[in-house]
Amino acid sequence: MGSMLRGIFSVGFGYSMLRVTTPILFAALGAVVSERAGVVNIGLEGIMLISGVSGVLFSAWTGSAWLGLLGALLMSILFALFMGYFHIKLGTDIILAGIALNVIASGGTVFVLYVASGDRGISSSLASKVMPTISLPVISKIPVLGPIVSGHNVLTYFALLAVIAVWYFMYKTPVGLRLRAVGESPDSAASVGISVERMRFLALGISGLLAGFGGAHLSMGYVSWFSRDMTAGRGFIGLAASALGGVHPIGTAIASLFFGFADALSNYMQSLSIPSEFVQMIPYLATLFGLGIFARQQMAKSQKGKKQAKEVA
Amino acid sequence: MIRRELVFEIGRTLIAIMLALLLGFIIILLVSEEPLEAFQHFVLGPLTTTRRIGNWIEATIPLVLTGLAVSIAFQAGQFNIGAEGQLFFGAVTATIVGISFPLPMYVHVLVALLGAMLGGALVGAISGLMKARWGASELVSSLMLNYVFYRFGLYLINHHFRDPNAGAMVSYRLPETVWLQWIWPPTRVHWGLWVAIVAIIFSYLFIYRTRWGYALRMTGLNKDFAAYAGISVTAVVIYSQVISGAIAGLAGAADVLGLYRRFQWQMLPGYGFDGIIIATLARNHPLGVPIAALFLAYIRSGASIMSRMTDVSSEMVAIIQGIMILLVTAQAFLSKWHHRAVVKEAKRHGLNA
Repeated sequence: MGSMLRGIFSVGFGYSMLRVTTPILFAALGAVVSERAGVVNIGLEGIMLISGVSGVLFSAWTGSAWLGLLGALLMSILFALFMGYFHIKLGTDIILAGIALNVIASGGTVFVLYVASGDRGISSSLASKVMPTISLPVISKIPVLGPIVSGHNVLTYFALLAVIAVWYFMYKTPVGLRLRAVGESPDSAASVGISVERMRFLALGISGLLAGFGGAHLSMGYVSWFSRDMTAGRGFIGLAASALGGVHPIGTAIASLFFGFADALSNYMQSLSIPSEFVQMIPYLATLFGLGIFARQQMAKSQKGKKQAKEVA
Repeated sequence: MIRRELVFEIGRTLIAIMLALLLGFIIILLVSEEPLEAFQHFVLGPLTTTRRIGNWIEATIPLVLTGLAVSIAFQAGQFNIGAEGQLFFGAVTATIVGISFPLPMYVHVLVALLGAMLGGALVGAISGLMKARWGASELVSSLMLNYVFYRFGLYLINHHFRDPNAGAMVSYRLPETVWLQWIWPPTRVHWGLWVAIVAIIFSYLFIYRTRWGYALRMTGLNKDFAAYAGISVTAVVIYSQVISGAIAGLAGAADVLGLYRRFQWQMLPGYGFDGIIIATLARNHPLGVPIAALFLAYIRSGASIMSRMTDVSSEMVAIIQGIMILLVTAQAFLSKWHHRAVVKEAKRHGLNA
């Protein structure tokens, strides 16, 4: 137990927690934006994979990490809108459209990588670039806090900024308000002249952009290569973090940190007698409980509402 | 009238499949130096040797079972993304029964299969109960349960049933009494085939010939109407997830008891999502499921032969699968054509009357 506590309170643990949280946080923010517009984005997983392979390919071709990132983000938005087109314009169920995108991405990324480079399943022959790490001025000098917060990949800082950006966009801008209105009640939103279709396309585009950042972090930051199914469920974990965080950017950021905490902790557990499988189960169990309690409250509320309506009548 | 709808649905599905396959051929044409070779291996490969036909059938067995599992949930208007975790845990429980409870021949297999059903049903029941009692989205809960039971299953195998003499993280070998025996040497086609066939018949009779199945379909079509008609929607939600989970559990057991004879998955195998593809292609009809599963296993087996013999990698088939789902489920796809046919029919009737 003592060594576990020392592990958690070590500087290295804090650093690795922020590192593993980064892709989860991006995916989770992507889930928040689309969910608020009334579209469940199951395709986050696939979009992250597409972004991951695009980043590696574009950065290897151009020799620039930033151009690689740009390519990755454009591809992510494109595929998010592709899925959106099927759902919004052609009436495909959004869950099935998301699953279809995941299926296409899981095999398609490996296929494209092979065609482009001859690499089977892992981009070992490509000289792809990695996004730079940043040493924060002043803060890096502070003991304990400095080594935890400083020296991360630039995308980790983007992720933290994205929390604020998403919050500001959703709650402080007119477009964000319209987007949420479409999610709350599409009919009333339409009745005041908001285009439901356009708002949902916008939400999916932003959702794709955010997931794209997460995928790029995986192949151009977390590690320096692309490998088959390297997302390993992080898109789904993003959905879970969004559900646990009450579909709010701030709550979701905290939930993502919680998932990152458990993930980092399970790495430290392997040397101890506590099975790491249990530690890794905790965030999912917490989401299940959170979901149950939240749904129960909603149900109690609506039943109370019905009762009152009856009494008034 | 209803017959024409059916013909339209089947026609639409076939056209979607054709378009997706066409796209696959175009991709082969673009990337391959030997496209004709590649075509030939992809389209005819699985039928060329007995062993390959065997591989095709082996791969079909778990797909039929997860396809049925997802179809039953879909027919009740429920999502089941949790088939993945259900079959994983079903495979774990079957392994535990196989190793820990020595029983005589035949009885042992049956008990292990029952154990797998119980394992899967338990996972399904949690989603069902959470939805029925509190209205918690079965989509999110089943997704979470996938990971919970994936980790829990791995814990049981890695910490209690792991074979320390094996090089990899696998369980002890299962005793022969619990094997699903191979029925067609030299292939590995096993008794799981009979299990799959029984499951198809059961699912069909259950959905279309019982009161429970009727209630399930009514709930799926219109929940509020079903409730007004006196159907207990709560009960339907629970038992549809339980039955769905039980059948998914069998899919896991089929591979472990029939093919590997020990537990060797360290990742979720992906059959759960395959089940969703199959249910979609089969339009959630139990008799359509085997056709869809055979088809999916065939193009996969063809793709893997193609990648071994030529320069086209097998992952191309994933693109075909994805496009198929998108087209089959797109309501607007060919709907104009359908609309025109309906109008024509109506006019003809109008003139006759």
